[in-house]
Amino acid sequence: MDPATSWLTTSLIYLAAAVIAVPLARALGLGSIIGYLGAGIVIGPWGLGLVTDAQTILTVAEFGVVLMLFLVGLELEPRRLWAMRRPIFGWGSLQVGASAAAMTAIAVAFGVAWPVALAAALGLAMSSTAIGLAELAERNVQRTPAGQGVLGVALFQDVAAIPILALLPLLPAAVPQATPGSDGSAWWAAGKAIAVIAALLLGGRLALRPALRWIARSRTPEIFTAASLLLVLATAALMHAAGLSMALGTFLAGVLLAESEYRRELETDLEPFKGLLLGLFFIAVGMSIDFAVVLASPWRVALVVLGFLAVKTALLLVMARAMALPLAGRPLFTVLLAQGGEFGFVVFQAATQAGVIDAATSSLLLAAVAISMLLTPLALLGVDRLVAPRLAAQNGAKLAEIDEPQQAAVIVAGFGRYGQVVSRLLLANGIAPTVLDHDSEQIESVRRFGWRAFYGDATRLDLLRVAGAAQARVLVVAIDDIGQSLALVDLAREHFPQLTIVARARNVQHWYQLNERGVAHIERETLDSALMSGRSVLEAMGFERHQARTLALRFRRHNLEQLRESAPHFRDESKLIAMSKIGRQQMEKFMADERARKDSRRQSADWADRPDAQAARD
Amino acid sequence: MVAVARIPRPSANPHTSPSVARIVVLCAHPHLEHSRVTRTLARAVAGVAQTEVRDLYALYPDYLIDVAAEQAALADAALIVWLHPAHWYGMTPLLKLWADEVLSFGWAYGPGGNALRDKDLWLVTSTGGSAEAYRPDGLNRYFFDAFLPPYEQTSQLVGMRFLPPLVLHGAHRASEAEVQAHAQTFASRLQSYPDWPEIEDIAPCDVREVPSIDRPAEPA
Repeated sequence: MDPATSWLTTSLIYLAAAVIAVPLARALGLGSIIGYLGAGIVIGPWGLGLVTDAQTILTVAEFGVVLMLFLVGLELEPRRLWAMRRPIFGWGSLQVGASAAAMTAIAVAFGVAWPVALAAALGLAMSSTAIGLAELAERNVQRTPAGQGVLGVALFQDVAAIPILALLPLLPAAVPQATPGSDGSAWWAAGKAIAVIAALLLGGRLALRPALRWIARSRTPEIFTAASLLLVLATAALMHAAGLSMALGTFLAGVLLAESEYRRELETDLEPFKGLLLGLFFIAVGMSIDFAVVLASPWRVALVVLGFLAVKTALLLVMARAMALPLAGRPLFTVLLAQGGEFGFVVFQAATQAGVIDAATSSLLLAAVAISMLLTPLALLGVDRLVAPRLAAQNGAKLAEIDEPQQAAVIVAGFGRYGQVVSRLLLANGIAPTVLDHDSEQIESVRRFGWRAFYGDATRLDLLRVAGAAQARVLVVAIDDIGQSLALVDLAREHFPQLTIVARARNVQHWYQLNERGVAHIERETLDSALMSGRSVLEAMGFERHQARTLALRFRRHNLEQLRESAPHFRDESKLIAMSKIGRQQMEKFMADERARKDSRRQSADWADRPDAQAARD
Repeated sequence: MVAVARIPRPSANPHTSPSVARIVVLCAHPHLEHSRVTRTLARAVAGVAQTEVRDLYALYPDYLIDVAAEQAALADAALIVWLHPAHWYGMTPLLKLWADEVLSFGWAYGPGGNALRDKDLWLVTSTGGSAEAYRPDGLNRYFFDAFLPPYEQTSQLVGMRFLPPLVLHGAHRASEAEVQAHAQTFASRLQSYPDWPEIEDIAPCDVREVPSIDRPAEPA
């Protein structure tokens, strides 16, 4: 097969596998990473056998991880990185050190020779940066305490990989090996590493930005993309030559550019490459699971996987507690860091080369790590479905429910973005409302900002009484959940008829249902902000600002009138659709009539004296 | 506005009554929360039969006047009252906007614009300055009458008879008793309308068509 055909076939297989597997996995609610891993297993040597050289692909695909860390670096200005030094070095070193020590001790207790145990433990202590950060991004929790914890530990692992890789050749070899590793060369390696990092930091500060500026001035977008890739590749190559982690190097380069004006451009240029290469990386991991090893000694593999996951999980749970992470974030933190990672592959490879562990042990460990990476997305699924809801309930019980009777004239139920704005307006005008929310984390966080907010389910009659519903004048229903919002309205109307209800409607159906219950003050949550945007568009299209304002307000009034008119039929969908069509026509006709009327008035010359304001207005 | 006419306004609004009124009081005070005179006068209307108070600032807090509803409210009125404090020697801004939009071409004036013809307009206002301040030698340099021609001419243009205004000077310093007495006067005048002694002497409004050549040139 000539190279071109081979290249074409391989690309075809990878792309087709990804394009089929990922949407399928997402449709099943499994997330894209499982899709990629599954695709890898299917096309790999143990599946259909379409691709056999997983190792080569893995090397190429590792560049996806490198690119990802560059992009992570871009998001972290040096100042924020400096602020993270404690999670990185403190918690990171604890995670790697303590889990490696524990696993070594257990392995030795089971009769494994200590150098093998140590090398294996160091490799297994690593976690997958790729899966971890990709999951954080997919869930959009990078900036939460748990997300920052994962990032900090993962960064430390990248740093720690350097001394670990340097340390491995110094371990007594199990297999006789000609190791040239002497003290002198280790010192030389360390010196080289420090020199390269210093050069990178200095060069990044002084040379990178002017160089990018010069390239940007050429105004050739594809050359800027090429330069972005070149920058990452060159940094990676430099680090590789110095025997350092490529990912760590590009991460530093990213941090150095985080404050530059090209940050956004670099991000958008590299994002697709990162995504594809990362996908390729996951496919390669799926392919590299050596099912021969697994099938040969399934119990041993299972024992290793479960054993190392158990040790790391136990330690991470203790750490999460010590780090005072919010309860809801702890399962994510634990699961993402408990899995093995791609650095494990590198460590085992280096250990095999150094003769510390033999090839059979290495494949067993590799399989264990790959399986743990395959299990991670599934474990997260389990956490989301089983642990998280129970945790939320349990967590609720921990925070005391509202128990002291309140007397405020206004009760705000639901203290998300909506309830907060309402409450702030009230407070700014000397009205302190009693605030209720059923999300204990929300309560904890707003209390830190000095709010007197109470934990409690506003749809419970006893809690409403304690909140002072019997004496209050106004009840603001700002709850997210439509069912709960309606339940609260029903409860309030039945037991506290004196309350004026001011309700937030999530959508038109919700509006109808609130309206049916006789709530007079209902606001649709997005209507006004959308109208403001509409005004901005009219202004951008050349309408006078005051005209845009008037048109938007008239539209609002007309829209509300139509809503009221159609309210009696809200359960009859076909009628609603018909009415909405008629309504839109009426609206357009009304606006057109008005324009026509103004035009005709402008043209009628038979009436002379009119009030000045009228003349000015036309 | 076609759509509005078909939909009754929510009955929760205390300022709107579905019944047609013989007297419509258009109350326009931008700071009713600080008001003594206008507020007391508006309340005094409560006992008068067939009278509707339209609190413009409560109806249109966003200055979006429902022109059709306003015009409909005036349909059966014999007397329209403008009740507002004098601000900068004239009407308050929402009442001015009301005039701009409700007294429209083809409805209140111009061809076919005779919806208000033969009705009466009564200005009921109050000033912060005392009667002495409204003198050639006072702070305001003119008698209060000097500020009235725009009202009179507006009334004239739409064919309404402009009744002698009821003015309370020195509103800030008026005692509670004086304000109450003033409100009493206001209410009893409304009650006895149109049997006022002075109405006999006022000629009905003489509407004149203005020649088209007097029309100002349209800007291009």
